[in-house]
Amino acid sequence: MVIKAPDRITYTDGHSFCPGCGHGTAIRLIGEVLQELKLEEDSIIVLDVACGGMPIDVWRYDTIEAAHGRPVPTAVGVKMVRPDQPVLAYLGDGAAYSIGLAETIHSARRNDNIVVIVLNNCVFGMTGGQMSPTTLQGQVTTSSPNGKNMESGGATLDVVKLLSSMDIAYLARGAICDAANIRKAKKYIKKAMEKQLNQEGFSLVELLSPCPTNWKMTPSRCADHIKEHVTSIFPVGEFIGKEGEQV
Amino acid sequence: MGKVVLHTQRCKGCYLCIRECPKKAIRKSGINNKKGYEVIEVDGQLCVACGTCYVVCPDYVLEIHREETT
Amino acid sequence: MKGNEALAEAVIRSGCRFYGGYPITPQNEILEYISWRMPEVGGAFVQAESELAAINMVLGAASAGARALTSSSGPGYSLFQEGISYLVAGDIPAVIIDVARFGSGIGEISQGQCDYKLVTRGNGHGDSHLLVLAPCSVQESVDLMMQAFPLAEKYRHPVILLSDAAIGQMVEPVNLPEPQTVDINRDAWTVKGCKGQDESKKITNVFYYMDDYNSYLRDKYQKMQEEEQRWESIMTEDAQLILVAYGISARVCKEAVRMAREKGVRLGLIRPISIFPYPGKAFKNIPDSCKALMTVEMSITGQMAEDVRLAVNCRYPVYTYGTGIKVPGSSDVVRYASDIIEGKIDKEVF
Repeated sequence: MVIKAPDRITYTDGHSFCPGCGHGTAIRLIGEVLQELKLEEDSIIVLDVACGGMPIDVWRYDTIEAAHGRPVPTAVGVKMVRPDQPVLAYLGDGAAYSIGLAETIHSARRNDNIVVIVLNNCVFGMTGGQMSPTTLQGQVTTSSPNGKNMESGGATLDVVKLLSSMDIAYLARGAICDAANIRKAKKYIKKAMEKQLNQEGFSLVELLSPCPTNWKMTPSRCADHIKEHVTSIFPVGEFIGKEGEQV
Repeated sequence: MGKVVLHTQRCKGCYLCIRECPKKAIRKSGINNKKGYEVIEVDGQLCVACGTCYVVCPDYVLEIHREETT
Repeated sequence: MKGNEALAEAVIRSGCRFYGGYPITPQNEILEYISWRMPEVGGAFVQAESELAAINMVLGAASAGARALTSSSGPGYSLFQEGISYLVAGDIPAVIIDVARFGSGIGEISQGQCDYKLVTRGNGHGDSHLLVLAPCSVQESVDLMMQAFPLAEKYRHPVILLSDAAIGQMVEPVNLPEPQTVDINRDAWTVKGCKGQDESKKITNVFYYMDDYNSYLRDKYQKMQEEEQRWESIMTEDAQLILVAYGISARVCKEAVRMAREKGVRLGLIRPISIFPYPGKAFKNIPDSCKALMTVEMSITGQMAEDVRLAVNCRYPVYTYGTGIKVPGSSDVVRYASDIIEGKIDKEVF
């Protein structure tokens, strides 16, 4: 038996994410789920721009690179035209929770039958590590040089908590910080895709992810930071639709 | 048991595999790849092909080849 | 039929099977009509949370192979800009209806023609120009709507249908065309899953896939210039002054030409139907009798005058009779044109 990344992902000689970046792991998990559910040739994926848009060069699934913050409505448009095909939107916290928050919430309100994967690394990565709505209190970023606080950046937004009262198919948060959590995150993504196949509606899986470059930490230190600190602010687990196989 | 096949040309030297390997079978090799990163190597004596390194590697460096057990 | 409803029926008959939109006066009849009509033909209707969401839903639906459309008016059209730029960048055909209203800001819900520069010059960042069609009657709204998707698909480029509150709200008899349908799998480039294919389809808005994007985009606009200029010329052959007007103002000008000729004042009219590409060919044979041209438009600053100047290469003075929020009166047009002919008007534009 061979365990390796799906062929539809690894066709380039590595991708251009920074060392230790969570995107590489996240897109592999998506690929593994599509492979296991035999959805690779049916799925349509919608990406954001910037780091979250780079998978378009790395994988071979039918893919749209949408405008910043608009992968969710773009995915809704695709799904409306092709209701029998799996549609997945992959975007960062800046896209889903800042500029595209309205689109995220309203898609959940309509319970659109799509899967939304949000890679939450608590910063705007590609643009140089500015603070985002999910930046933790006290976190130093290039636009909160003295540490984010209420006066200079406002509160830290937990959108999973916000969505937890809504009538949607599935809601979970995983963490890309160690093997156990990564395996769990994959199960969340798989469950979300299965919910879509069962026509149950909107699923959102948030993945807490390291950004070593902008956190100015080694990849190993990032993993500790997520485990010790980030998950205490953003708890991991399943929040809606956890029935079925326990993850 | 089995073995690990390495695609070290993809390695970016994050060393999350070294951190997570339960058998401490992975280490830095002292060799740089074309990108300039010091890549990893696996000690075949210690490795049990558990696949933990595959799970945590963001760059698809490691492939696990397990022998079928009957 | 009411203009907006006839247009909405034409949207359905043109084979459109996705509509996403947000309410705004004076185009609500389009959204309302499509909300019940679209399900009848098996298409999808979404009342989007904003125009931003609507235009990006259109981007997704069109990328998936459907004829997709959204509609709005000035303030909402402003919010489309981002998505329009991405439609251009991604070579995605779609149709956008702007039922223009008056003014900057919230303006007024009454008719206006002050989105001219927005639809011909605006359309988001980058070198984004859209093919823009401007009907002047309910029937023409329907006829141009039926051409809009084929044009969008010919160029793989978004197309705008520029109506206005007056045309949208007026009731006129109309002949409706035969319904069209298209197969969502007809094009190779659309996302539909990559069954049996080693490579996948990528719809992207970055250009490093293409060797010479500059030439590609220039050639596209050049081809539009050559093949899509549309206009109507009325009695220009011996005109002393040629009126230039599109949309609702052009209807007034047709009457003005008739009235002026009865008085012995020889007016003519060029009515652009495509306003991008601008019908420069219509201005190639201006007679020696012509002293000046005059745009008649419901904008304050004479937004189209610039295009007319370019079309005549500044060889003639180009005046504007800009009425802003008021529909121009045909007798006022005749009076102003006569004053220009008699040399009584100094300023060409406001």
